[in-house]
Amino acid sequence: MIEFQMPSLGADMDTGTLVEWYKKPGDLLKRGDVIALVETQKGAIEIEVFNDGRLGDIMVNPGQKVPVGAVLATITEPGDARAAALPPEQRAPSSLVETPPASVAVPRIPREPPLPSPPSTQLLEPTSPSASGVRAKVTPAARVRADAAGLDLAVISPGPDGVIGLREVEGARTVRSTPRKSGLDLGEMRKAIAAAMARSHREIPHYWVSQTIDTTALFDWLEAANSKRPVASRLLYAAPLIKAVGLALKETPELNGHYVDDVFKPSNSVHLGIATALRGGGLVAPALHDVDVLDLDVIMAALADLIPRVRAGRLRSSELTDATATFSNLGEGTSESLMPLIYPPQVAIIGCGAAALRPWVVDGAIVAHRLLTVTIAGDHRVSDARRASQFLSRLDRLLQTPEAL
Amino acid sequence: MTDAELMNVVKDTLFSVAPDLEGEAIKPEETFRDQFEIDSMDFLNFVIGLHKRTGLEIPEADYSQLQTPADTVAYLRKHWSQASR
Repeated sequence: MIEFQMPSLGADMDTGTLVEWYKKPGDLLKRGDVIALVETQKGAIEIEVFNDGRLGDIMVNPGQKVPVGAVLATITEPGDARAAALPPEQRAPSSLVETPPASVAVPRIPREPPLPSPPSTQLLEPTSPSASGVRAKVTPAARVRADAAGLDLAVISPGPDGVIGLREVEGARTVRSTPRKSGLDLGEMRKAIAAAMARSHREIPHYWVSQTIDTTALFDWLEAANSKRPVASRLLYAAPLIKAVGLALKETPELNGHYVDDVFKPSNSVHLGIATALRGGGLVAPALHDVDVLDLDVIMAALADLIPRVRAGRLRSSELTDATATFSNLGEGTSESLMPLIYPPQVAIIGCGAAALRPWVVDGAIVAHRLLTVTIAGDHRVSDARRASQFLSRLDRLLQTPEAL
Repeated sequence: MTDAELMNVVKDTLFSVAPDLEGEAIKPEETFRDQFEIDSMDFLNFVIGLHKRTGLEIPEADYSQLQTPADTVAYLRKHWSQASR
């Protein structure tokens, strides 16, 4: 029998609220099935199982908030009682079968042991704040921001059109801001980001290496390719950039993997976390799986699928746990470069500023070229700046022949 | 199509690609990026949405003419004869 636990969906998660079971006791489960929905600081996450089996007893009911590691349900597995409901790389090696099942589910991130029967169990707070007292129409973005700011919508005056929008919330925010807790809000996400980044800053001996890359060839190629494509199948430059980053990471294993319990485990696959900003603040970096082997069109389609789900708070558990490195692209019309912090347990993060026309030297003359400054943060426990520099050189070369990506 | 109707096309398209903005007041002269934190993926979806609603084939080279709601209305008016809907 397997104890299916509340998974840790990243270094910044310590509790989750079970919202809904999609399966009932006795149902057959296949690896990869989504069996439950859990509310976290990153939104509602669909929890996948990593074993075939049959759902046994449900231990946590909808509405209950439990710590990471708490047993949510039991799963009976045909044959043995060895593996836990975790990805294969997290399972104890099979030579350790004598280990009691409760401790087989080795969490990727060290933490306090799970409480056997969580006394901290709380009822789910309603996610829609004080809806009963609100007469005015409220936009969803305004609702989220008001929630994040701890503002009661009932006390915010609507605008001239009778609608409470972002502007009204911002106005009210300057007047009063009493912190207030609720289901999903950007304030909670900010705390989660702060916890993960404080840990990163404390534990990871960072170094940063930066290179300005001439992306003229990339943008010329992209413009020509897009001019032949109908609008719905055009590529953003993020797609070839992500592919090139994936290929370069594949060749520098010291930058691609996880550092857990004082050991670096390089990854054979490149699952790139795509840092995605939310309107009003906050950031989630779900994994795009196997970016080094995907076609650009597939990467583009995957981005188009992923980004709205980040904003709607609808991600799958594997997307929050699988990333082997992170890619943070500030994008068009933004700043020149950024110095990102690594998201533990990863060991590298790649940050790109805006690709903009800037002076460049070609054959001894200064000309305007479209330049992209790429900065990689690495982990000194695993690699040194020279290795990161090799990564950047490789990335540069790959971006000079975009047609080959 | 009047400019007010074209502005409704722009609003409806924006709200369909960024549903969390539904009902927000729009400042016609401010860029989508500045007022709503629209990124390149949102913007591409916005252009795809305009294409679906109007039938206009909007080349990438014209994206710079679609940075604000008012500019977008002007662009749609200018090219409306080629629109199929």
